[in-house]
Formats: sequence, structure tokens, C-alpha cells
Amino acid sequence: MNATGPSRLWNHEARRRTARLTRCAAFLRGKEVAAADMVPFLEAVLEPGDRVCLEGNNQKQADFLAAALADCSAQRVHDLHLVQSVLALPEHMTLFEKGIARRLDFSFAGPQAHHLARLVQDRAIEIGAIHTYLELFGRYFIDLTPQVCLIAAQAADAAGNLYLGPNTEDTPAIVEATAFKSGIVIAQVNELRDALPRVDVPADWVDCFVVAPRPHHIEPLFTRDPAHITEIQVLMAMMAIKGIYAAYGVERLNHGIGYDTAAIELLLPTYGAELGLKGRVARHWALNPHPTLIPAIEAGFVERVHSFGSEVGMEAYVAARPDVFFTGPDGSLRSNRAFCQMAGLYACDLFIGSTLQMDLDGNSSTATLGRITGFGGAPNMGSDARGRRHASAAWLQAGREKCGGGPPVRGQKLVVQVVETWREPHHPTFVERLDAWQLQEDMGLALPPIMIHGDDVSHVVTEEGVANLLLCRTPEERSQAIRGVAGYTPVGRARDRRFVENLRDRGIIRRPEDLGIDVRQATRDLLAARTIKDLVRISDGLYQPPKQFRNW
Amino acid sequence: MESFQYDLPARPCVALPVRAELWGVVSSGNLEVLVETGPPPDQCRFQVETSAHGFSEVWQAVLEDFVTRHAVGGLSFSIHDAGATPAVVSLRLEQAMQSLKAP
Repeated sequence: MNATGPSRLWNHEARRRTARLTRCAAFLRGKEVAAADMVPFLEAVLEPGDRVCLEGNNQKQADFLAAALADCSAQRVHDLHLVQSVLALPEHMTLFEKGIARRLDFSFAGPQAHHLARLVQDRAIEIGAIHTYLELFGRYFIDLTPQVCLIAAQAADAAGNLYLGPNTEDTPAIVEATAFKSGIVIAQVNELRDALPRVDVPADWVDCFVVAPRPHHIEPLFTRDPAHITEIQVLMAMMAIKGIYAAYGVERLNHGIGYDTAAIELLLPTYGAELGLKGRVARHWALNPHPTLIPAIEAGFVERVHSFGSEVGMEAYVAARPDVFFTGPDGSLRSNRAFCQMAGLYACDLFIGSTLQMDLDGNSSTATLGRITGFGGAPNMGSDARGRRHASAAWLQAGREKCGGGPPVRGQKLVVQVVETWREPHHPTFVERLDAWQLQEDMGLALPPIMIHGDDVSHVVTEEGVANLLLCRTPEERSQAIRGVAGYTPVGRARDRRFVENLRDRGIIRRPEDLGIDVRQATRDLLAARTIKDLVRISDGLYQPPKQFRNW
Repeated sequence: MESFQYDLPARPCVALPVRAELWGVVSSGNLEVLVETGPPPDQCRFQVETSAHGFSEVWQAVLEDFVTRHAVGGLSFSIHDAGATPAVVSLRLEQAMQSLKAP
């Protein structure tokens, strides 16, 4: 006997969905909404307290829909709960200032970091949690499923099929969670086309689309001009390649964004080749199409790249290198942040990236006072996944070093932080106490906003040398190993010199000369490309840099 | 601009270079080092011009480490810092030394 009785309804969500669509039916021509009707349309669809994903990626932004939502009447639309990976636009902040939205679960707020911290202190916003991308995507399917999502696509056809273009990013995860839990999927598109190059989102998952007056914004976030790479970064890249990539035979990896890792990309075809590493290291990548990867691709170092998103200007180059990149039958890149994050977490043997601050436990953070930046993907990419996984030579070697020579029952991912000891005069990278702790107090957060936990970090590379934390056996060895590469920062100068020399004898700290590196080679001449123009030339004209990177 | 001169005790340089050695280019965040002969064999002289204020203690630490690492008695180093970090200072000095040892 069914205790709930025959009259119980099991489709509240579907009924609510039907009601939303009925309320907005007057604005729809097929599935198309006119751009001019967008504000009243959203006022009709949304209900107070809705969980909404307003697609903001670290590159692609549903900016037209964000502006329309911010123009809605706060009388009609209010107390929304935003669940989205990135807060990048001023309109995202307006939503909270007007009371249209009240609660936020997110990952990254780079450009709005100051503004967000102010809103938190003024209690104009409630933050649920700061997530990694994978966590937030995970919660889309557990307890943060959007009731309405507002997404960005390249093109739609009349039936409502969507072509996402090279910048797929978060869209598949958002749409999957919303469309299959009776939510409403609303897309802004750059153009309406008779036939799409390929279908990335089928029409029956899409409720409506609007042709936006302007193409959506895409930030060229992953372009680093080689002209700004310093000789210190060249030196650190030499140490990373010889002391880590070669030493562990790292074939599968992910790089963070920044000049430090761009230097490594540009040294593979020169210094890496000189060391005979072609075909032995850096073959398979989880990485956006960084322009600075072009020389290593052309030199045959890089065999395969899967991407989170795309990069402005790399479209034609990627389309011309389908053996390397994941592309559709139409030739354009197919990226996917959720899958690429998963690949970085479980299928790569090394992450290397930079940070703004590191303490003596090796904890690092990019959060500094007065800013809530969040982290995006770094905490997943820069962590050892711990659970069972397949073995690889690099992973096993790191595991052996960590467990001290006995038979390893598990390996260890290599998590490398590459930092200059001073970011600029008066701003040492190495600190006794991270700003994150103060920020936790100021913001009333449950945890300090630490990006990568020290117990996941295997190596620290600075201009002074490489510290191998896997080989440290006590907390004191670990903190002295970090002091021993912290240069002339107050933390570095407080080292116990004899202790550090002992760590050096044991190979826990290795200086450039210990690695057989001739510092005279550490000049910009070692870079495979020294300017954006060099990258264009090496790509045979296929790379078309955005205006702000052209100085010719 | 701040100027310092440090005269530090140092082990004599065995093969004094006969020519001046110039390493590096002055530009933002960069630095230039000129190496010459001159001081007594048990002394090393550093002439520092820096644009970053309040760093004399760090400079002294960088240079003391340098004279401990290398036999540089009898040499004079003129350093023109364009706001360089200690990392750049150390790298330039090492490059100058490597180049003196094996030109």
C-alpha cells in the first residue's frame, strides 16, 4: 500500500516550468525572443528566490542577458540566488546592489574582487561558498541545480539548436543540469543561421534564444606577450624543465596562467630540445590554446591538447592543427571546462603555476587584503586527487620519494609552485602568515581562502633554486626547505644556514649549479619567441592576435 | 636614487681579468653590472646606485653572500639598478662571474 496515497503529485517542477513558459509565451516567435523584449520577458519567466546561472566564464560572458537582468524591476525580480563560476561584469555587481540577487555561490571574481569584498562587508550579499569549478559543476547536479540558466552561444538556427563555437567552457555542464531538471534554458546568440556548422546543444534542451545586438564578450585571458618575460623567469623555467620535467619524465601536464609558465612553454623547443627532451616530456596537455605554446607545437614537442575554453585569435591556428587539438567536423575547437578540469585532476602527472603569497607550510593564496578573488580551477589542478588511480612513471617516482623508499602503495601528483621571491620591491612572495587568514576574519568565512594546500605541493621553484618537499621528513625540514629558496625576503633571510646546506647535500634543495645550469644561458635569447609577432610568424600567420596585443 | 659603496673583505681573485666586463642592460626592472680591477687583493668594492629606497640591508646581504661564494678580492663592481629585485641583482652578479671565469 502506498502511504502517500494516489493523489500525491510528482511533477511540481514540470508544472512550474509550464507556468513559466505560459507567462512568457506572448514574447516568443517560435523560440526566438526579440532583444527589445528581453527585460519584460525575464520579468515574466523569473520568480523571486530563483536559483539562476547567469553564464559567466573566465572568458565568455552572457553580457547582454546580464545587462537585461540588471535592468529588471527589483519589485518583480528579487532575492535571486546566483550559481555561476565567474563574476566578471559590473552588471553582476549591480544585481546585488539593486536587490535583484541576494545570494551567491561562485568560483572566481578576478576583475570584481574589490567590489565583491566591499559588498560582503556592507552585507549586501550572502556568499554561500567559494568553489573550484569542478565542485560548482558537481553541485549543479546535487543541491545547486539552476531553475533558470542564461547562457551564451555563437549561433542558433530557427529551431533553437545552438552552436557554441570554440569557447564551449561551462555551457554543457550548465545546460545539462538545467534542462534535465525541468529548468528553463535561455541563450543569447551572436547570430541566427539557416544551417549551423555543428550542433553543440540540441534544440529540445533550449527553451528560447535571443539574437544579441552585439557579439558576447570574450576575454583573451590566456595570452602572454613574450616581450614581458624576464630573465629571472627564463632561469626558473630552465630549473623547472631540467630539475622536474626531465627528472621525473613528465609527459602529461597542465600549466597555470602567467609569465612564469609561458617561459617554460617557450623554452621547450630551445632548452628542452638541447637537453634531448623532445618526445620524452610535455607531450599531452590539459591547457587552453595558449599562443605561447605555438613554438612547442610547431617543434613537435606537443602531441595533444585538450582545452577548457579557447583563446581569442587562436581559432584559425587550432583549426589547422586537428591532430593536436580536439575539433569538430566543422574544424573549430570543441572545448569543455568540466571535462578538461577532470582531465587535469585525474589524467595529468604535473601541475605548475604561480601564486602571490606562500607561507612556511607551503600553503599558497592569491587572495590579498580587501579582495575576494576566488580560485577557479587551480585548487583542483594543483592538488593530488588521493583516490585510487592508474600508475605512471612520474606519479610513481614522486610517490616513492614521498614515502621514503619503501614500496609505494600510491603515487603522488607533482604540484609545483614557481615564484620569484619578490613580486616587486616591498612585496615578498614568501610570508610568515598569509593575508588569507586576515581575510577569513574580515569576511567571516568558514575557511581561509587558501588556493593550494601545502601538503599537496611537491616542489617550489624560485630564482634561488628548487625545493623538493616530497623528500622532507619533518615540518622543520619542510619550512627550512622553503626558507632555503626564499631568497632575500625576510622569510628567506631567517633561514638556518647550516640546516639549509644540509638539505642541499641531501638534494632537497638544488641550486642552478647543482642542476648543471649555466646561468649565463638565462637570457631572453633562449626564448623560442620573444614577441607576439614572432608567434604570428612561427604560426605561419595563422595566429591572429587581438588588437591590444599588436604593436605593429 | 640612492647610492652606496660597500668595501667587503674577500678572498683574492686568482686570475684578475685584464678587461672590463659589462653585463646586462638597463631597463625597467633590469640592471647593469660593470666589473673592473682596482681595489687591494683582499678587498672587493661595490658601488651601488639604486632607485628602490629602504633596501640597503637587503643589498648588504646579497653582496655578503656573493663575496662568500666567489673569490672576488681585487675587483670592483659598479651596479646600476633600475628598480631591480634582489633576484635580478644576484643573477647579474653570477652571470658576470661565470663570464669572468670562462670567457
